[in-house]
Amino acid sequence: MSARSGLMGPALRMGGLVFALILLVVVGAVTAGERFMSPGNLTTILSLAAVTGVVSIGMTFVITSGGIDLSVGAVLGLASIWASTLSTQYMAEDYGWWVIVVTALAVGLAAGLVNGALIAYGKVPAFIATLAMLAAARGLAEIIAGRRTQIVDVEPFFDVFQARPLGLPTIVWIFVVVAAAGWFLLNRTTFGRRTVAVGGNPEASRLAGIKIKRHTLYLYGLAGLTAGIGAVIMLARTTAGSSTHGTLLELDAIAAVVVGGTLLAGGRGTITGTVLGVLIFSTLTNIFVLNNLDSSVQAIAKGAIIVVAVLLQQWFASREKATST
Amino acid sequence: MVDADPHEAVEPLLRMRGIVKEFPGARALDGVDLEVRPGEVHCLLGQNGAGKSTLIKILAGAHQPTAGEILLDEEPVTIPDPVAALKLGIATIYQELDVVDGLTVAENIYLGHELARGGVSRRSDAARRTREIMQRLGHPEITPHREVGRLPAAGKQIVSLARALSRDARVVVMDEPSAVLDSEEVGNLHRIVRELTADGVAVVYISHRLEEIRQLGDRITVLKDGRTVATSLLVADTPTNDLIKLMTGRAVEYAFPDRPGVPEGAAPVLEVEDLGLGDVFNDVSLTVRAGEIVGLAGLVGSGRSEILETIYGARRSTSGSVRVGGKRLRSGVDAAVAAGVGLCPEERKSQGLLLDEPVYRNITLSTFARIARGGLLDEGAERAAAREQVEALDLRPASVDRNARTLSGGNQQKALLARWLVHGCRVLLLDEPTRGVDVGARAEIYSLIRRLADDGAAVVVVSSEIPEVLGLADRVLVISDGKAVHEGPAREIDEHAVLDLVMEGSVA
Repeated sequence: MSARSGLMGPALRMGGLVFALILLVVVGAVTAGERFMSPGNLTTILSLAAVTGVVSIGMTFVITSGGIDLSVGAVLGLASIWASTLSTQYMAEDYGWWVIVVTALAVGLAAGLVNGALIAYGKVPAFIATLAMLAAARGLAEIIAGRRTQIVDVEPFFDVFQARPLGLPTIVWIFVVVAAAGWFLLNRTTFGRRTVAVGGNPEASRLAGIKIKRHTLYLYGLAGLTAGIGAVIMLARTTAGSSTHGTLLELDAIAAVVVGGTLLAGGRGTITGTVLGVLIFSTLTNIFVLNNLDSSVQAIAKGAIIVVAVLLQQWFASREKATST
Repeated sequence: MVDADPHEAVEPLLRMRGIVKEFPGARALDGVDLEVRPGEVHCLLGQNGAGKSTLIKILAGAHQPTAGEILLDEEPVTIPDPVAALKLGIATIYQELDVVDGLTVAENIYLGHELARGGVSRRSDAARRTREIMQRLGHPEITPHREVGRLPAAGKQIVSLARALSRDARVVVMDEPSAVLDSEEVGNLHRIVRELTADGVAVVYISHRLEEIRQLGDRITVLKDGRTVATSLLVADTPTNDLIKLMTGRAVEYAFPDRPGVPEGAAPVLEVEDLGLGDVFNDVSLTVRAGEIVGLAGLVGSGRSEILETIYGARRSTSGSVRVGGKRLRSGVDAAVAAGVGLCPEERKSQGLLLDEPVYRNITLSTFARIARGGLLDEGAERAAAREQVEALDLRPASVDRNARTLSGGNQQKALLARWLVHGCRVLLLDEPTRGVDVGARAEIYSLIRRLADDGAAVVVVSSEIPEVLGLADRVLVISDGKAVHEGPAREIDEHAVLDLVMEGSVA
C-alpha cells in the first residue's frame, strides 16, 4: 500500500498541477481567444515567469530544508542597483558585459551567505535573519541609487540578453537552464540529499554526521545566488536597475513553491512542482491583464489558489499516512 | 497504619480492571488492575518500561485502552480525551511540567477553563481564587500575577498542582513529582500530598524512590512487563526486599547470546577519560576494547544518555577527553563519525530516522556522500548496500523502498544498526536499543549486537532494563546521579545489587 501511495502521491499531485494549468489555458483561450493563444503571448508569459521562476528555484531548496528566505526580493533589488551603477557600467564598457552579470551574482551570493552565516552559526531564526536582510538590502539599495532608477546603457549586455536564440528570449532560456540545474541538484546530488535530510529531520541528520551548519550556509548562499540571477533578468527586461525591483517577490516565490507541493515544514521538495506553480501564477496574471480585469480581483484569485493547493496537499498527506500505517 | 487495613470498608473511588493497551508492534499493557480509595496515597511501582506511563496516560485520557474497563464510584466511564478526564475529576501532573512559561500563575491555573463572563475574563476572580488555592497549598508567596517562567521547578510543580485543585480533582495522579525537586522541596510536596488525602482526595503516586514510598504511601501496586504483579499491598507490611523481587522477577526470560570473553591482548578502541558535562555528569572514565560490550546501567535521569551523546560529540563536554584508536577526538559529531563512531539514539523516530524517506536512504544517511561519485548520488549502489544489510539483519518487510515510518520498532532499530554496518564502525554507542521492540525481535537485536562486537567493534550499551545490561554486556558501569558508582564484570553483579546501588543515596 505504502509503496504504491509513495509513488502515486507525487504523480497525482503533479497531475493536479498540470490539470490546473491546462484549465487556466482553456480559460485564457475562451476569454481572450487569439490574443492569449498567440506565440507572442506565450513568450510573454514565459518572460514574466522568468524572474519569479529563477528565484523560486532557490527558494525551493531553502524551504525543502525547513527554512525560509524573506530577503530574496530585496536582495534582487540591491543586486540590480549594484550591477547598474555608473562605475559598474564603465567597467562593463571596458571589459565586457559579463561584469554586470558577475556583479549581480556576487552581490546576491554575498547577501545569501550573510543570511546563512547568521542562521547557521549565529543561531538566528531564518525568519528573523532574512527579514532583517530584507530591510537592510532595500535600505542599502536606496542609498547607493539615491532613490533613482539607474538606466543601463551597455549595448553588448542587451545584445546577449535581449536576443532570441532558437526562437525564445535569452531570459526564458536562463529560467529553463536554472530549473533543469535545480532539478538535477535536488534529485541527483549529495547536496540535494542533504537538503531533504536536513529538512526531514535535522537532529537525525546531525547525529548521522551531516554537517548541517555548513549546509545551511550553502543553502542560503544558493538562494541569494538565484536572486542575483533574477536581478540580471530584471535588468535585461526593464533596461534599468531600481531599488524597488523585486518588491514582494519573496511572497510570490514562496507561494509558487508551496503550491507546487514542497512542504513548508521541510523534508520534501519538488522543482517540477515549483516550475508548474510559477507558470500557473504568471498565466493567471496574463489572463487578467488581457481581459482588463482589476488587479485586486487577481490578488483574490491568487489567494484562493494558494489555499486550495495547500488544502489538497494536506488531504493527500493525511491519506498517505492513513494508508501507510 | 500498622493495623491490617484501615480502609477495609471503604468503597474504591477509582477502579481499573484488565486494562490492555496495544501499540503497533508492541503490547504496552497486558492486563493491569488498579484500585484506588478516597484519601489514600496509592503508589505505582515498576521499572522503566513496565507500563506506568501508559497506564496514567489512559487515566488522563491521552491514550485509549484496547481492552478493560475503568470505574469511577463503581460506575463504568470512558475517558476519550484529557478534558473528559478533568471533568471526571482526574487530574494528572506529568513529570515534564506542562505549564506555559509566558503566562502568569493565575492564567496557568485557569488555562482551558478561564473564568469569564461573556468572553471577558474575570481577572480579579481568578486572582482571588488563585490566592485561596495557594494559601491552601501553603505557598502564599506565589502570587497570582507572577510569571510562571520565573518560578523554580518546585514552584512550577505547585502551579501544576494548583491547577488540578482548581478543577476540584478527586483523583490526582503524580508522575515522579519528586524527580525535579531538592530535599526541602520534597518535604513540602509530601506535606501537600498529606493535606490532599486528608481532604479525601486520592493520590496515585509514581516514584522510583523506595524510601519515599515508605514515608508517604498507603498501598502499592507493582507493575512489571505491562502486568500487575501485586495489587494494593500495604506499604507497612511489605519489606523492601519483596518489592524489589516483585519488580524484577521476570515473566519473560530473554535469550542472551554467549559471551566469548574479550581476548587478552585486545587493544583498547574507545578511551574516555574524566569526561564531564556541566552538572549533568562528571569524572566518567571508561575503556572499551575491541570485541567488548560495556553496559551503562542506571535510572532515567542519571545521565546515561548524556554520557553517550557527549562521547559522540553531540554535546560539548566541559572536561575530559575521548580517544578512538589512540587518537583524540575533535569535538563535533562529524569528527566522531569520520573516526568510525556510530550512535543509535534513544529516540529512534525523532533522533534517528527520516520517517518519510525510503529505508535505503535511512540506511545510507551516513554514507551516501561516500558512495556518491564527485557529488553525484549513486542510488543503485546505495540500494545494493542497503539490500545486503536488510538481508543480513533479516529486516522485514525486506523492501528497501518502503518509508521508514511503516516499519515496526524492532525493524526501525535494525535499519539504524544497518546504517552503521554500511558505514563500518569501530565504536558503536547504543542508547536503549530495545525500547519499543517486542520480545521476539529483542533476542535478534541482542545477537546482532554481540556479532558486531565479535567482528571487532567496541560497543557501549545504555538501557533502563537492568537485566538487559547484565545479560548482554561483558562489563558494567552503574551510573547514579551523574557519577559512576560501580564498575565490574557483568557476571559478578545481579539486578538486585544494581538497584541497591542506584537507589542508595537518592532518598528524599
